[in-house]
Order: sequence, then C-alpha cells, then structure tokens
Amino acid sequence: MSGLHVEGVGVSYGELAVLENLDLVVQRSEVVVLLGPSGSGKTTLLRVVAGLRRPDSGRIRWGGEDLTDIAVHRRGVGLVFQDNALFPHRDVEQNVAFGLRVAGVPTSSRIRQVAEMLSLVGLDGFAARSVDALSGGETQRVALARALAPGPRLLLLDEPFGSLDRVLRDRLVGEVGGLLRSLGQTALHVTHDRDEAFAIADRIAVLGKGRIERIGTPTELWAEPGTVHVARCLGHQNLIELDSGGRCALGRLHEGAGTVLVHGDRVVIGPSGDGRGPVGTVVESVFRGEITLVRVRVGNLVIGVPSTERVDVGSEVAVVLEPGAVVPLD
Amino acid sequence: MVALVPVTFLTAFFVYPITSILWRGATADIGALLESFGKPTFVRIVWFTIWQAVASTALTVVIALPACHLLALHRFRGRSALRAATTVPFVLPTVVVGGAFTALFDRLGLDGGAFRVHHTIWAVLLAHVFFNVAVVIRTVGSFWEGMGIGPEEQARTLGASSWQALRWVTLPRLGPALASAASIVFLFCLTSFGVILILGGPTMATLETEVWRHAVLRGDLPSATALAVVQLVAVVAAVAVTNRLQRRLVVPRRQQAGRLPKPDRRLLAANLAGLGLLIGLPVAVLLERSLSINGGYSFRNYSALADRVDLLPVSSLVALSNSLLFATLATGLAVLVGGLTSVVVVHGRHWTSRLLDLGMTLPLGASAVTLGFGMLIALDEPPLDLRSSRWLVPVAHALVGVPFVMRILVPTLRSVDARLREAAAVLGASPTRVRMEVDLPIAWRGLLVGAGFAFAVSIGEFGATSFLPRSPDRLTAPLALFRLLGTPGEALRGQAMALAVVLMGITACAVLAIERVRGPIRGGL
Repeated sequence: MSGLHVEGVGVSYGELAVLENLDLVVQRSEVVVLLGPSGSGKTTLLRVVAGLRRPDSGRIRWGGEDLTDIAVHRRGVGLVFQDNALFPHRDVEQNVAFGLRVAGVPTSSRIRQVAEMLSLVGLDGFAARSVDALSGGETQRVALARALAPGPRLLLLDEPFGSLDRVLRDRLVGEVGGLLRSLGQTALHVTHDRDEAFAIADRIAVLGKGRIERIGTPTELWAEPGTVHVARCLGHQNLIELDSGGRCALGRLHEGAGTVLVHGDRVVIGPSGDGRGPVGTVVESVFRGEITLVRVRVGNLVIGVPSTERVDVGSEVAVVLEPGAVVPLD
Repeated sequence: MVALVPVTFLTAFFVYPITSILWRGATADIGALLESFGKPTFVRIVWFTIWQAVASTALTVVIALPACHLLALHRFRGRSALRAATTVPFVLPTVVVGGAFTALFDRLGLDGGAFRVHHTIWAVLLAHVFFNVAVVIRTVGSFWEGMGIGPEEQARTLGASSWQALRWVTLPRLGPALASAASIVFLFCLTSFGVILILGGPTMATLETEVWRHAVLRGDLPSATALAVVQLVAVVAAVAVTNRLQRRLVVPRRQQAGRLPKPDRRLLAANLAGLGLLIGLPVAVLLERSLSINGGYSFRNYSALADRVDLLPVSSLVALSNSLLFATLATGLAVLVGGLTSVVVVHGRHWTSRLLDLGMTLPLGASAVTLGFGMLIALDEPPLDLRSSRWLVPVAHALVGVPFVMRILVPTLRSVDARLREAAAVLGASPTRVRMEVDLPIAWRGLLVGAGFAFAVSIGEFGATSFLPRSPDRLTAPLALFRLLGTPGEALRGQAMALAVVLMGITACAVLAIERVRGPIRGGL
C-alpha cells in the first residue's frame, strides 16, 4: 500500500456538499489529473490533500501513514497555485529556497539545490531577479521550482497553467509533463482543460457529483467514457439521444433507448448518391490546421466529423459509421 | 495573550477617562447643566459645530476632485513630489496652520476692515480645506487609480461626451471612495479645535472650543462635562458611520493597462495654480513672515527662540526639545500598542478583533479634546494619579497616534494574500514561522509608515495636550506657539512664525521619510 489514498472524504460548505464519500488512489510515480468543470470540488479536494482544509469525514493516507491529523507544514507535499502566489518581498532564489530554509538545509547545499531546480525548470540565471519582473510563464516555472525544491513526496498542482495563453500553455504543459515523469514525481493535478489532462496524465479522474465518476488512462477514457458527464468533460461532441427502438436519424444504433457517443473519427463522409449511408448537408466547415472540422446535419441531428479534406458548406454528403463508432453511455 | 497589552493600555488611558466623563455627566444631571448655561446658547453651539463641518467637507471634496483626477490618471514629472506636497498640510500641526493663515491674512490685509477674513468663518473653512484636501486626494485618488478607466473608455466609444462619462460613469464608480473620504473629512472638521480657536477668534464657539474654555479658562468642570458628553455622542455616531463606509470600500488593484498618459497642459497648469494658491501661498507667507523683522529680513526671529519671554515659563527652544522627546516616546508606545492590536484585529478571533478594531479607531475620532479632558479629570487622583508623571503627555499622544499606525498596518496585513501563507505552510513553515517569514516582512514598511505618522502627529498634538497639567518645564512647542500667536506684538509674532516654521520643518521631514518608505503601500490615512 504505497502512494496517496483518499478514503471516503466528504466536505460540505454549509448545506452544500462539495465532496461526498470520495475515494481516490494515486500510485507512486504516477501523475493523476483531476478533471471536472468549475465548481465540481477539484480545488477543494486538493486543499484537503494538502492539509489546508480538514475533511468533514474520511481519511487521507500516504502509504500506511494517516495524514488526516497532520498539520499542513508537516505533510511533505508541494503545491502550485493557479496564479502567482510567489512571495513578493523575496527574489526568485529566495522564493525557491524557502522550503529548504524552513527545513534547515545548510546554506551551501541550499544554494546548489536552488540552482539545480532553476536549471531544471529552464530558468538558469534568474536567481537574483525580482518576482515582479517575471512573465506569466516564468512565474509558474518559479512556483514549480519552489514546490519541487524540498523534494515533496506528492506534488499538487491547482490549474497551474490556467492564466496563461494557449501557446505558452501547450508548451509548458508538455515540458512539465516530461519533467514530472523524468523525476518519477507523484503528482495530483487539477484542471478543467482536457488537452492539458491528455498531455500530462498517466490516469485521468473525472469528478462529478462530489465523487470520482470514472478513472482511467486517457486513451481508455476517450474510447469509453462510460457516462454522459465524463464524455462532456472530455470534450466529446456527438452525444446522441436514441428513441425506445434505439433509433435516430443515422439509423438504429443500439438495442434500446438511451444516449450513445458517436466517435467522430470513426465516421466517414463521402459523396452522396452511392447509397452507402444516410445523406446529410454540411452546415459548418472549420479549418483547424491538420484537419477540417465538418458539421453535417442529418435529419434533426448535427454530427461533427474531423476530415482531412476540405468540404464546402451546403454540399450533400453520405455519412457512414465504421465499426466501433458507437459507444453506449449510462 | 497578545491582546493583553493593548487592552490594558486602552482601558487605563482611554476607556477609564472617557467613562469618567460619562460617569460625571450621568451623576450630575446633564439637563440641569445645559439649562444652566442657556438653551439657546447650547443649540447655537451644536448647530454651528455641525454646519461648519458640513460646509468644510463639501468645499474640500469639490476642490480636491480635479487634483485627484490629475494625480490618479496621469504621469508627469514631479507627480510624486506634488502628491507629497498635498500630503504635507494634513500632517502639519494645527497651530502651524493657524500661524500660517494668520500670517497670510496679516500680509494681505485681510485681518481687519471691509474684507476681514481673519476671525471669520471663511478663515476656518479655508484652513479646513487646506488640511483635508490630502484626505480626499489619498482616498479617492488611490481608488480612482486602482479602478482604471476602462468603463469610461467604453462610455466614450458609445458616444458619451467627456462630461457625460464623468457624470454617469466616473462619479458613480467613485461613489464609495467619495463617501468614505467625505465621512473622514467631516469627522476631522467636527472635532476641529486648534484651527477654530486661532482663526475663528474668541467669539467663535464649537463644542470642542467650549469644552476647553469652560474646563481650562474658567475651571467650570461641570459645564465642560456636559458639553463633552454631547460631543462624545456626536463623534461616536460619526465614527460609526465612517467605519461602515470604510469597511465597504475595497480599493481595487490597479489593472495593468499600460502606462498612464501625460496630462493636458491646461489641466496641469490649473491644478498647479490652484494647489499653489491653496497650499503654497500660506506656507510661503509663513516662511517670509518668519524671516522679516522691522521691515528687513534676518534670522533674528529664529535666534530669539532660545530666549525666554515673559509669556512662557521656558524658552521656545526648550519647548521644542520637550516635544521631540515626547514624540519619540509616544511613537514607541504607539507602534507597540498599534502593532499588537493590528495583529489581533486581523488574525484574532472574531469578537476580540471587532472589539479592538472599534476600540482603537475611537481615539481617532473621539477627539483629542475629549481625550485630554477625560485624562484631566480622571488621571489626577488615585488609582491613577499621573498629574506629575512625565509619561502623561507621551501616553496621550500615543493614544492619538495608535489609530494612525493601525490605519496603515491593518490593511497591509489584510492585503497579505492568504495563498502566500498557505504556500509557506505547504513548504513546511510552522504558523509562527509563517508570521515571521511572510506577514512581518510584508508589513514592515507599513509599520515604519505608521511610526512616521505617529511621530508627526505627536510633534504637533495640541488638542489633548492643551488640557494636561502643565508643569512649566513640560511645555510642548505647539502650546508655546499657541500662546505666542494669541499675544499681540511684533517681536512675539515674529518668534511665533519662526517656531511655526521649525515645527513645520520637523513634520515635513517625517512626511518625506514616510513617502520614501511608503512605496507601494496605498490607502489608509
């Protein structure tokens, strides 16, 4: 029994139960991403694990050790906030050194470790900078270095890239993912951005109704989200309601009523008139670089299909579902 | 535990004297007392006290707004110098302001004849505006700077004229800051003492001046008590309103919206001329007057400060050194008490923090005069007989200074982002360590700024000191100045002006030091 064990944690704010009887395990050296919409309790869970908030019920364990009653400063966890919680009255070096200094690490080895950390996050030569003079990306790098410096057994990241622009975010996400893996760092990472989750996670845990609704590797979850909520969180678009006969405008997709997911990448569009499938009208065609996202209206449905060719709006196409395109959801 | 020191201090030197006033008032039948010195007189005093404060407040806000606009939204050479210059009047001792305006009226021939201003309400209003412009510039200006001009630009792109944008967008947005600033100015004017005594002349009567005249000049303690009780009630009400308005005021953080534009030439010129006339002229005339003697100019008025005149028990120079000593002691006390209280207010349990917050703000309003009078009647007999203690004056000054320390320190401590403490805790810092490593370094500047204010306040303190038993060798400089100003005669006038300039110099140094240290700290006067 190693790694982080969250057992039956419940937290309420007054009447509102944010977390209910939540269980989660993060194995050693594993990066788990908590994915969920805003207000789903992701940050609350992170604060409970860090020890910044006491759970109303349940335990937090590391290996065999019960952390629930251990004060935050004795837990040996690292935490990176969404935006700039750097100490404004200290320079970059002093910020990164803080945890080491508090732990009583002697000055000489402290300086060495800080330099190593800064070089690890790509900020060589930034030691003497004032934290006011940093860009958004640099700020988050310093925050990461500060959290990693004392060698926490568990690193918690609370939407650390949330305030950065898209391009910077993609680059930093990739770098941090690689860094965590190379360090073998156990980490619990919170985000509402599925691309970030895909890029960084060993496993993704989707939060819903105060619990972990589903947990699995990115590919597992993408292929079979299991529930409508999880499918939405992962950014699936083609969620289709079926009638009692399991039918919709695309034909009979399942045995009975319910919602199914149609994987757009298993849908092929071709010239109409060859009779291979139902015919629809292209209502939108958005060029996305590598692919073009095409939306086709078939009867009362609109279905999104990634296409490698550009298709004109208004043209008629046949929509063909390949095997495995349809996945039933709860 | 931490709360013990400030609570003891506050109880002994503030609560006890104030309760003494109330106790005497309650046991002496206020109704009969008020009857005894005539109901119409009493109503006249109360009415005048309130309307002069209202008029002063309105004038101050109107006159300060253009300067707020200039300083908040523009960048130009000398901006911080101008800001500092507007702050100087606020911390100038009342007696110095009295002296400056006396000199001004004297030089402009406004102290008599058809255009007499000296010893009229106009003199008082003018001096109140002079004093309080800084309050409005600080409060409204920093709010304005923080809230930015995004919505105004929106309004302009939607077709609003600059006047309409001001009327419909800016003023409503400034509302909370205007209300807060006005309430503070009103409070200051309501408790104005030295200015009215010196510039209003012997017949102008507010609650403050009458408490002093009855208690100190006539030795009529019962009447003074009755007036003090009324004043206390009025001030507590005003403080409650001020606190409410202040609590609602959240100074927005400045959005990074690029650099500020340069001001329009005419705006800059008009502002400089206006502020120059209002602030610069009295100060300049005071300087000129202090150097002039028998139609020529020399430093003889200054060298005369070392000579004892019949009017005073010691020379002005001795009074100055007394003042410096008292101010140093008072600053130490105020920083100790105010610092501890601030920590309790920000981090203490709910009810203790609320209680101390209110308790410590009261001396700011509960008027130096009321405080001095309370100490006069309470601390001259056992259990606390401090009549002859050299600590009496510093303690009174510290009480007046503590709210200033807190006004700076509490917001600074509050502004420490909770996540910084959390970050420190997660990194392994114990709660005590978090205080030392996060709160203290961030609040350090605030503490220095507060100390500077406490010092400046003590150096010029007049209201409370004017009640305290005066062993001749404990005369403070403001008291000496007041007596010099109240006596006619060219030589004494010249010496008074020189003394006023020295006091002004000391306070100006304190303010400049504050401005240097202050840096990014905003808000809270």
